[in-house]
Amino acid sequence: MKLQETLRQVQALWPEVEINMDAPSMTAEIRCKPKEVAPLCDWLFHQQNYHFGGLVVEENGRWELYYLFVGEGERGRIQVRTSAPLEERRFESVSVRIHAADWHEREAEDLFGLIFEGHPRLGDFILHDDVWGEGVEPMRKGSDLKKILSKRRPREEWRPIRIVDVPGAFVMPIGPVFSGVAESVHFQLETIGEEVLRAFPRLFFKYRGVEKMAEGRSADDALLLAERFAGATAFSHALAFSMALEQIRKVEVPERALVLRCFFAELERLRSHLGTIEDICNSTGLAVAASQVGILEEEALRLTGSLAGHRYLFGLAIPGGLSRDFDNETLREAVSRAKGIVRHLEEIERLLINTSSFLDRIEEVGIVRKDQAREYGLVGPVARGSGYCNDLRKLQPYAAYRAFEFRTPCEEEGDGYARLRVLFAEVRESLRLMEQALSELPDGPVFVESEPAAGVALAGVETPRGTTWHWVRVDEEGKIQRYRLITPSFINWHGFHLAAENFAFQDFPIILATFGLSVAENDR
Amino acid sequence: MSRWVLKGLQTGVVTTRYPAGEELSPGTTPGLPQALPCGEAESEALISRCPTGALRRAVGQVAVDHARCVHCYRCARGIAEPLPWEKGFEWAIFRGESEVPKTFERSLHIRVVDAGDCGACLNEVKLLNNPFYNMHRLGFFITPTPRKADVLLVVGPVTYHMETALLKAYEAMPMPKLVMAVGTCALSGGIFGPGFATGRGVADLLPVDVEIPGCPPPPLAILHGLLVLAGRKPAAQSKEPTVAG
Repeated sequence: MKLQETLRQVQALWPEVEINMDAPSMTAEIRCKPKEVAPLCDWLFHQQNYHFGGLVVEENGRWELYYLFVGEGERGRIQVRTSAPLEERRFESVSVRIHAADWHEREAEDLFGLIFEGHPRLGDFILHDDVWGEGVEPMRKGSDLKKILSKRRPREEWRPIRIVDVPGAFVMPIGPVFSGVAESVHFQLETIGEEVLRAFPRLFFKYRGVEKMAEGRSADDALLLAERFAGATAFSHALAFSMALEQIRKVEVPERALVLRCFFAELERLRSHLGTIEDICNSTGLAVAASQVGILEEEALRLTGSLAGHRYLFGLAIPGGLSRDFDNETLREAVSRAKGIVRHLEEIERLLINTSSFLDRIEEVGIVRKDQAREYGLVGPVARGSGYCNDLRKLQPYAAYRAFEFRTPCEEEGDGYARLRVLFAEVRESLRLMEQALSELPDGPVFVESEPAAGVALAGVETPRGTTWHWVRVDEEGKIQRYRLITPSFINWHGFHLAAENFAFQDFPIILATFGLSVAENDR
Repeated sequence: MSRWVLKGLQTGVVTTRYPAGEELSPGTTPGLPQALPCGEAESEALISRCPTGALRRAVGQVAVDHARCVHCYRCARGIAEPLPWEKGFEWAIFRGESEVPKTFERSLHIRVVDAGDCGACLNEVKLLNNPFYNMHRLGFFITPTPRKADVLLVVGPVTYHMETALLKAYEAMPMPKLVMAVGTCALSGGIFGPGFATGRGVADLLPVDVEIPGCPPPPLAILHGLLVLAGRKPAAQSKEPTVAG
């Protein structure tokens, strides 16, 4: 059903809501009363099969809540908006009906002090109870540094929560400092010896408060945060932030820049996936394969570094285009080197799928079913390995993706092997996209000047780990008023326990590797 | 399994010649901006473009504080008089109070702690075990426990949530022990700190022996830092700029 048709039905079912539609961008906003939110969201998600994108909370003299829903093509994008006076802190929980909203509501409770009635588990989440006292609410307007810091309680002890209550059950705590080189995250695995009954990740050890820091900064300064909060996928996030600003400033980005953005986004995907594949090989103890893929990852980094100056593409995507141009000959050479990398990777892939000791560790391990993937709103290769095939480049094409021919690899099994196959296939598709970008690269400038403007915009980008949404509100002085980051790692960490539970203890690191999650991207 | 052995042998040796020889492959380092002798007007233009305050006016030149540079390239792109970027990687600065004990001369065991990095620094640290860099050949090993570690390698601006874990890891290490701060965030807080949830680098909490600037520092720069700690390479000279009048 097309967007217009859906909106007509919404109006018929809820006559009091106010609907605004922007036809060119295929987006719609439904304004409704707080009590209408939950049933309306429920209807969009369960009856109309929209993908739940996330929740944005704003404090603009009143509470403003936006629930995002994404459909493919002409089904467009819908945001359900509601508003309430600041004294009103209680909202009906949507997560009771749409589980994907669970962590979003917990976050809003922690950072804004909102209460979602019916939500079963609020409390210790982003702000750790052992570090902060009650009532910090750092994202509230006017909560200044001094007030926040006065609530700090350094070096308190924290005890894990136990849920499994059977004889012989115990908690295996892991982290936040663990393994060889690993991002800081804490896991509590509850087990009765072999099987993990409950896997609970405690995240946000790396919480830097990027969204709060961005407030009051100029767009140029906030771009640095957008690019560096998850440095391993810097280009995709800088691109999403730039696209949001371009919407606000109503800038037409030059064609050449649009095509080059696809080129570099795919180069980043290729490099990022190589890192994930290496981690998977490593987690199964297959040292030669890990080394072989590691060689390719470093080659991809060197390729990126020699092409763009920076190994992780820092400083390239800027509002209005790109910070520098590239001559076509250099890009051609880069594509041929990328081709060499993918050729070698295919060789390794052939060896891997004939190595039974490797397959035994990842096949039928860490399973996420398709219905679970949808219920949790999972994104990226994790969702696509479970047959939940969402890819923003296809659903709502941006940059120059509409002009390219590519497919979104999808597998049905939902196990570690399915996720690995998705990664391999996506690397090949990324190379194809880079080749197409090169062959269809128009001449012209790669940057256009733009004047700061006030406004609000939401931009989405398919990062290597899945869809990210950057919500940016800029005030009259060109300063960021609200910056909300919905990241693929945040979404997929939520669903991680599905894969880790009911599998053996020794499968845990492997399941973790096949998810390929970033903690920095989650923690912000 | 024999196919893997064959594949490994076919690949040959890719490991860098560094530190015995030079490493000049393109793309191994992003480089660092260098001081530029110039007049007042040009230096003002450059300094105003730097979002982190890494550029400062010094006598007859623009000086660069590498501990604050986050590689945004605004002093290198879209400007008539860009700063020169040097492509080297031997950036490690020795900050220790006394000489490194002789016990550490041959081999080092390293415990890595991620205190809130963005993922890029940590990836570069991970790559030290990559065949291209293969730090085992130099006697450097990453250890899963601080109890066995000689060096605490810290990345990230040190978030408040990570303070306890970082201090516990340090306290668990046997004496004598060394601390290495890797990356702009670990040196100064970078673009994240000091903020309401992060500090301004490792030095506020622990005595730092070696600092490695870069955003992120490439694997070779981290390798240089380890060689400095092991007394096998000289440290870079700290380029503290003379601030103008």
